[in-house]
Amino acid sequence: MSLKDIVSRAYSYWMDGTGPEAGLVISSRVRLARNLAEFPFPHLLPVEQAEQVIHAVHLALQHREVTQKIGKLELIRMGELTAIERNVLVEKHLISPDLLKDYQKKAVVLRDDEVISIMVNEEDHLRLQVLLPGLQLREAWRLAAETDDLLERTLNYAFNERLGYLTACPTNVGTGLRASVMLHLPGLVLANQIESMVNAVAKLGLTARGLYGEGTEATGNLFQVSNQVTLGQSEEEMVANLTAVTGRLLAQERAARQALYRDRRETLEDRIWRSYGILKSARVLSSEETMRLLSDVRLGVDLKIIDGLSHRLINELMVLTRPAFLMKLAGREMPPHERDVFRARLVRDKLKQ
Amino acid sequence: MLCERCHQRVATVHLTEISNNVKREMHLCEACARELQGGPFGWLPQFSLHNFLAGLFEPDVAHEALRPRVGGRRCGRCGLSEEEMARGGLLGCASCYDAFQPRLEPLLRRIHGTSRHAGKVPARSGGRAKVLRELQGLKKQLEEAVAREEFERAAVLRDQIRELERKLG
Repeated sequence: MSLKDIVSRAYSYWMDGTGPEAGLVISSRVRLARNLAEFPFPHLLPVEQAEQVIHAVHLALQHREVTQKIGKLELIRMGELTAIERNVLVEKHLISPDLLKDYQKKAVVLRDDEVISIMVNEEDHLRLQVLLPGLQLREAWRLAAETDDLLERTLNYAFNERLGYLTACPTNVGTGLRASVMLHLPGLVLANQIESMVNAVAKLGLTARGLYGEGTEATGNLFQVSNQVTLGQSEEEMVANLTAVTGRLLAQERAARQALYRDRRETLEDRIWRSYGILKSARVLSSEETMRLLSDVRLGVDLKIIDGLSHRLINELMVLTRPAFLMKLAGREMPPHERDVFRARLVRDKLKQ
Repeated sequence: MLCERCHQRVATVHLTEISNNVKREMHLCEACARELQGGPFGWLPQFSLHNFLAGLFEPDVAHEALRPRVGGRRCGRCGLSEEEMARGGLLGCASCYDAFQPRLEPLLRRIHGTSRHAGKVPARSGGRAKVLRELQGLKKQLEEAVAREEFERAAVLRDQIRELERKLG
């Protein structure tokens, strides 16, 4: 499958809805920041040198051991994609919005299943990412470390004995590791415990933020929890710490759900069925409303109030209904209202199946 | 005059912000002004991690060593000046870490609580670093062994440490 095809496909392995704790933990991600010793960092990189960095990465991907152990990794320059395709990659969480700026100097590398992706010339020369479904931080770290080792056979990384891997921003220096989990926490939101959660997490050297929306306002009750510090601890310690804290958060979330189900069962069931009803019959759906309703439906599936719906379908709908993806499906630009109509039709069709 | 945010529409809203005795003017179109004023606190400057970090590069008055020198240092390799680094919050290349070391050290401690790497080491280029890491680990074990009065084990560890130190030369 060519990279252009990958871009237009809705499905990514991280949406699989499998893996430990799949209902509450949507995905686990490990990202490593790496730079090449010979070049200035990307923000100071002239176009010709940016091209040399892309070329060096391209060569490293073709190393026999990389293709044998990691699989085929394909590189595409951002300039070769259309604006909509570039945005689709953001909506699938494969690249950051920063890679869209000044895109002529940038490239992205993807494995067919999109578990591994590398942003080239974002804030650092390489941002290697491994994205897996469910709570699988250790597995994600292992795969990222293995890929990193194999790329290092060819690439000469900027590394310093005292400071570790050198990065453009001092907040990433050392391990260059950012590990994160995407959590669905409607119970804690309904129980008004989100703010205390965010504060508690911050005391443990981690950050929690709403995935969509600002601050503690999270559309769709989706939160991302990640490590803050990259220096002074080993990657294994950081990953273990985040895994342990995630475990605690999940226990809190389950307790909140149980209390809601016990004390406010009719209200909760009513809300879930209404949301499901709207998704199945609405004619106009905004992106934000869709995320909110999908959150209720996901909770319904977790609590076995709704059956016959998979986590995978809900995950796919979360991505399919984002603006750029809709336009990709429609094959043209659409103004917001037209998108809302198209979105409602798509959701109805998908839920009928 | 065009809006300085979108550069597309005519600027019809003129804002003046004064903070820390610095006056800043903004000329915006209505749409951008509405967006910026949308929040419950009215107009707020946009938050940028790099600008925020840049503030941390500012020297503590208490730390004499950190006072900016006239002219400032420059990275000999990429040419980034200390002032540019402080303004942008980003380093220019790997050599900047050496060039601006005195300025970075306290910053790293502020961000990470430490300024010493304890994680992965690259297999090919990190040979020496790997040995050093191993050495650190052994020294720690030696201290623990001595504290627990396990002298036989301590002797073995001491020999291993000597061996590694000899390797490093």
